Amino acid sequence: MSAPRVGAAPSKTVRTIILVIAGVIFALPIYGLIEDSLREGEPVNGAPQQYGFQHYIDLFNPANEATYDGLFQGVQNSLVIALLTVLIVLLLLLPTMILVELKFVRYRRLLEFICLIPITIPTVVLVVGFIPVYSVVAQVFGSTPYTLAFAVGVIVLPYAYRPIAANLQAIDVATLSEAARSLGAGWLGVLWRVILPNLRRGILAAVFITVAVVLGEYTIASFLSQNTFQTALLLVQQTDPYAGVIFAVIALLFAMILLLILGRLGSSERVRRSRRKARTS
Amino acid sequence: MTAAVTTAPATTSRGAGKPSRRRSAVWLGLTPFAVYVLLFLAIPAVLAVASGFFDKNGVFKWDNFQTLADPNVQSDLIASVWLSAVTAALGAIIGAVICYALIGTNPNGWLRTIIDSISSVLAQFGGVMLAFAFITTIGQQGFITLWVEKTFGWADNPFVSFNNNGPLLYQVAGLTVPYLYFQIPLMVLVFMPAMEGLKTTWGEANATLGGTRFTYWTRIAAPVLAPAFFGSAILLFANAFSSYATAAALISQGGIFPLDIKGALTSETVVGKGNDAGVYALVMVVVMILVMTAYSLLDRRASRWRQ
Repeated sequence: MSAPRVGAAPSKTVRTIILVIAGVIFALPIYGLIEDSLREGEPVNGAPQQYGFQHYIDLFNPANEATYDGLFQGVQNSLVIALLTVLIVLLLLLPTMILVELKFVRYRRLLEFICLIPITIPTVVLVVGFIPVYSVVAQVFGSTPYTLAFAVGVIVLPYAYRPIAANLQAIDVATLSEAARSLGAGWLGVLWRVILPNLRRGILAAVFITVAVVLGEYTIASFLSQNTFQTALLLVQQTDPYAGVIFAVIALLFAMILLLILGRLGSSERVRRSRRKARTS
Repeated sequence: MTAAVTTAPATTSRGAGKPSRRRSAVWLGLTPFAVYVLLFLAIPAVLAVASGFFDKNGVFKWDNFQTLADPNVQSDLIASVWLSAVTAALGAIIGAVICYALIGTNPNGWLRTIIDSISSVLAQFGGVMLAFAFITTIGQQGFITLWVEKTFGWADNPFVSFNNNGPLLYQVAGLTVPYLYFQIPLMVLVFMPAMEGLKTTWGEANATLGGTRFTYWTRIAAPVLAPAFFGSAILLFANAFSSYATAAALISQGGIFPLDIKGALTSETVVGKGNDAGVYALVMVVVMILVMTAYSLLDRRASRWRQ
C-alpha cells in the first residue's frame, strides 16, 4: 500500500508484530503439552532432559491395561454420546428449525430464544436440576453413560442452532420449497433434494461443533458421576500424568483438524460462489 | 422476505372455521422438540432454581438462604466476580488489539481462515485439557517454571510459590492465566464482525475533512465500536463466571462460586444441610440474567452499524 492510510487498517509491520507475539504466546501451552508428553525420566543435577516416545508406546502396552482401561472406556463412552447428541441435533433440532422457517415464521424468535437459553443458564446450574431428572431417566433407561446425550444435547443447542440458522437466513427456504412444490415435488422430495442439500454447510458446522463440545464436556459427567473422556482424563492423571497429557494432545489435534476442515469448507464454498458470480457478470 | 409474507395467510387460517387436519399434523411436528426442551431444559432449570426454596421434605422455607451469610460463600462469590471481571477486561482489550491487527486482511484468505478456526477451538478449550496444558507450562514442573529456575536461578518464583500458598496455578489468582487462554479467542470471534463494520469510506471522509488518524480513532471508530466492545466484554464476563471445569481440574478445595455448588451437592448427604446448591444456582442465574440483559441492550445498539 503506497497510498497514505486513512482508515482503521494497521500498517503491515504493526499487524505482523501483534500477530506474531499473540501466536507465540498462544503456542506456549500447546508446546508445554507436547514437550511434557515426550519427557523421559527425571534429569539429575542439571543434566539435560531426555525426550522420546516412551509414554506413547506405554499407552498400548498390555501390562498397563488396568491403568488405561477406564480412559479407553471413557473415550468410547464419549464417542457414543457424541453420536447420540448429533442424532438429537439432526432429528430434533434441524427438522424443527426447517418447519418453523416454512410454516411458523412468527415463532422464529421464540425458537432462537429457547436455543440460546443454555448460554444464560450455566451448565453448573443446570446440573443441579439434572440430578433429580436423571434419577427418573435412570429408572427408564438404566444408569448408562449414554443417557448423558439428552443433557449434553441441551448444552449444545446454542452452538448447533447458530450455524444452521445462519445458513437458513442465507437461502430462502420458503421460495425454494414453493418452487419445488410447483414443479411437482412432494414434501419429502423438497426436504431431501432441495432444502437439505442447501443446508449442507450449516448442518456440517453444527455437527462438528456438537462433536467438539461433547468430547470436551466435563461438568455434566462429573456431577452425574459417569465415566466419559474428560472425567477419565482427570482420574488417570492422578496415577499417570503422562497419559492424561498425551490424550489431551491427541484430542486437541483432532479438534483442530475438524475445525480446519470446516474453515476450508467455508472458504472454498465462498470462493466457488464468487467465481460463479464473476462468470455471470 | 416476500416469501415470508406469502406464506403468512396459509398459517393464519385459524378463522377459517374447522382447523384442517394438515395443520394439526404440522403442529404435531413441533411436539418432539418441545417435549425434549421441556424435559431437559425447562424442568431442570426450574428444579435447579426452585430447590433453594424448599427443604429435603419439599416444605417451603427461606432458611436455605442463610447459607449466603457464610463468609466463605461470600468471599467465593466475590472471588468469582473479580476473576470474571479481570479476565473479561484483559481478554477484551487483548482480543480487540488482535482484531485491530486483522483489519484489512481478506476475510476469506488463509490467515483469517486459520485464525477463525484456532479461535473457535481455543474458545471451546476450557476444562480439563486446558488445565493440563497450563500444568505442563507454568505448573510446578512446567517448562517455563523450570526455565525460570534454571536461567535466573530463581527457585521460589511465583510459579512454585505464590503468596506463600503453593504454586500460582492452583490459586484463584492463577486462574486468570488459563481463563485468558479461552477469553481472548472468544473476544476475537465476537468482536471481529464489529471491527469489520468500520467502513473505509468513513476514513476517507475523515481525511477529506482534514482529520488525522487520531481524530479518526477518537471521533469515529471509538464511538462506533464502543457498544460492541462493552457488549463483548460483558459476554466474556458471563463466559468466565459460568465456567466450571477448568477451576475444578486445578483447584479441588474450592475458592470460586461454581465450585461451591459441587461442594454443596457432595456434602448434602450430611444430615442437617439444606438445599444450598439450589440457593447458589439461583444466585448464579440472577447474576447471569443481569449480565445478559445488559449484553442484549448493548448488542442492539451495536448492531446499528453492522449492516
